[in-house]
Amino acid sequence: MDSGYWGRHSIDIKNEKEKNMKKIVLAVLMLGVVFAFTACNGSKEKAQTAEAPAAAAEDAYAEVRGTVVTMSGPFTDNDAIKFDESVKSFEQETGIDIQYEGSKEFEASITIRVEGGNPPDIVDFPQPGLLGNFVKKGQVIDLNKVLDINKVKSNYIQSWLDMATMESPDGDIMAGVWGRVNGKSLVWYNKKEFDAAGYTVPETWEELVTLQNTIMADGDSPWAIGIESGAATGWAATDWIEEMMLRTTSLENYDKWVAGELKFDSPEVRTAIKAMTDIWFADGMVYGGRKSITTTSFGDAPKVMFEKPPKAWLHKQGNFITSFFPENLVAGVDYDFFYLPSVDPSLGRPVLVAGDIYAMFNDRPEVRMVMQYFATGASVEGWVKAGGAISPHKDSDLNWYTNVVDRKVAEVIQNATSVRFDGSDLMPGAVGAGSFWKEMTAYVSGSKSLDEALAAIDASWPN
Amino acid sequence: MDQYQKPAVRILTLAALLILTAVVLAGGFVLLQNMQDSKILMTLFAVIWGLFSVALLYYVLNSIAQTMPRKIRSVTVAIVFAGPAILILFWALVLPTLRSLRLSFMDATGSKFVGLDNYAFAFTDPIMLESFRNNLLWMFFGTLSCVVLGIIIAVLADKSKRERLIKSLIFMPMAISFVGAGVIWKFIYAYKGEGVNIADIGLLNAIVTALGGQAQAWLLIPFWNNFFLIAIMVWLQTGYSMVILSSAIKAIPEAINEAARVDGANAFRIFFNITIPTIMPTIITVTTTVLIFSLKIFDIVRVMTGGNYGTNVIANEFYLRQFTYGNSGQASAIAIVLLVVIVPVLAYNLREFRGRKTLK
Repeated sequence: MDSGYWGRHSIDIKNEKEKNMKKIVLAVLMLGVVFAFTACNGSKEKAQTAEAPAAAAEDAYAEVRGTVVTMSGPFTDNDAIKFDESVKSFEQETGIDIQYEGSKEFEASITIRVEGGNPPDIVDFPQPGLLGNFVKKGQVIDLNKVLDINKVKSNYIQSWLDMATMESPDGDIMAGVWGRVNGKSLVWYNKKEFDAAGYTVPETWEELVTLQNTIMADGDSPWAIGIESGAATGWAATDWIEEMMLRTTSLENYDKWVAGELKFDSPEVRTAIKAMTDIWFADGMVYGGRKSITTTSFGDAPKVMFEKPPKAWLHKQGNFITSFFPENLVAGVDYDFFYLPSVDPSLGRPVLVAGDIYAMFNDRPEVRMVMQYFATGASVEGWVKAGGAISPHKDSDLNWYTNVVDRKVAEVIQNATSVRFDGSDLMPGAVGAGSFWKEMTAYVSGSKSLDEALAAIDASWPN
Repeated sequence: MDQYQKPAVRILTLAALLILTAVVLAGGFVLLQNMQDSKILMTLFAVIWGLFSVALLYYVLNSIAQTMPRKIRSVTVAIVFAGPAILILFWALVLPTLRSLRLSFMDATGSKFVGLDNYAFAFTDPIMLESFRNNLLWMFFGTLSCVVLGIIIAVLADKSKRERLIKSLIFMPMAISFVGAGVIWKFIYAYKGEGVNIADIGLLNAIVTALGGQAQAWLLIPFWNNFFLIAIMVWLQTGYSMVILSSAIKAIPEAINEAARVDGANAFRIFFNITIPTIMPTIITVTTTVLIFSLKIFDIVRVMTGGNYGTNVIANEFYLRQFTYGNSGQASAIAIVLLVVIVPVLAYNLREFRGRKTLK
């Protein structure tokens, strides 16, 4: 870029020669590095296969001892450690090495790996919708054919099995098993202050409305809400709409909506959104007002509940949100939650959930063994005990939950009259991770009307 | 190579060298594979062996090229040295471009031919139209501000005693990545809302409220929020244009300015009739470079608003289509459109560049 400047100076031949020499040396250096890296990569791949043959001992797992099962998914940092620790005993017993490769750009990288014909053995999907894409192309192995399926089926309630059944070119297949789940229909509150203020936990929608009015009469904002999340801004709003869909209309309508058969621009969806905006857009109802909802990060939103005195009192979010709470808070003492009651009592106690579904891409004996293991509570026992995971397995024990709140979440899921998966995670990416987030954000921030937003979402649905 | 050796000896030596190189190259791979246990040793060996074996390869190939008859020697040498680079460029740049071009005529999964559908989308979809408008804003106002501010600061600093300090201060943001700058400016534009118990923490809102105004959600204000984002790029890039323009200004012979002053020209006259025309080539280079920058703008928008609130840009929409929505057809079409838009600017930039080189 500076050559305009250099160009003004005459360069003598000797200089030029020296420069050329330098350029050549530099080029050689660069090439060398490139070669070195490719050499490293090449040899790494060899290493994995080279480790395989190990001394076969006299045991039940002789066949698989020393083998490697590769996994990939979104667990990083703390989640990755907890995952590793909870499968450790299995690894020691069987001698199978489960190598989990976590990435924050998982959604992008997994498509490249599968399309490139080089999928990991097992893939951990937080979005069943994404898994559905691969199932549709026939790239996922049908677990009905490779696992002891009766064992699997007896260990989950029907809702989970239904959600794992997906349509492939050869008909419906069991596309995966559920590992870790989390509950979403939870309203968090600052227990100490809440009790001190004399508020009571609402059991019905009417009681919730009364509680909101009491808090406003006391001069505070009832709700703390934030949907900012960088490039994923808006997902928290879609969670609210899904909750309201479950609470204002039938499960059939919810399923149709998720499948794209019920339009966004329909009376049912409009009613659900209205139920949400009655809270979100009402004066004094949300801390900071309507505009601050889109500028407040979802992780920061609940923090104001723990200021002294609290600036807001209620926060609806999945159980993972506790890791965003200020440190040193004790579950069940400093904070607690209640189940978000249904608007229409005849709809029972629906619970919105999310979770990780493990799908199999390569069929080898050791991979089958690991998949069978993931269908048991033992696979998440360590994680449940360490906190932050809820087991969907029937053979898991409520005593594993070391903190009261996790245990209560597990109970909420077990007591649910119906369980539905986070709808936006089931919709095609262009809607569920695109227009649904974006258009709701635009609507909440006031830059689009509801009519425009709904029309735009409907238009973005892939044909 | 010794000029007086017999041809037979020379050929033999070269052949021996060639075999040696092949042995070093192949042997290194074998050795590397047996070094699995120690990653550090492996890395060290890979770097050293990688460097020297490639150097050796080039040396030997060059020696062979030098033995060619004089007529074709220069061509052979060129092939030996530029060939690998051209091959790698072809593999890493040309092939992917061609593949994108092919994919842009295919459906979301790249399996069915859909003709010009993706291009129809790229030029009619409301989100794309919004992105085009915003990119135009970035190109025009972003580039204009960077270059004009760069010139003004360069000229003013040139006359100042504190030139170094001023220039360092303006240049400093260049060291910050776009994402890092986004984080900083998020705090400047922060908005906490209104109502009971609210305390704003944003710098801009602090200034506005101190002057008696009302706190604003800056990034939510339609249309104008684009300018709040452009301000970040101007903050980052003005230093770059200032430094280059400043060096061009310093290269203007003092004699010319002196002569103008003797003829009675004032400072403005000198600026517009001497400084600007003399540094015009540099201005063009800087302008085109910043222009390409603002065409490709991605990081700031992604970090600050994620393309929401009417601030979307082409590169962000491309990323979303490819990686979030899994639609490689539409993504490729957007990429090709972006390429076609950038190429003329790039070509102009390069032509200017070459033109000036021959001028010296």
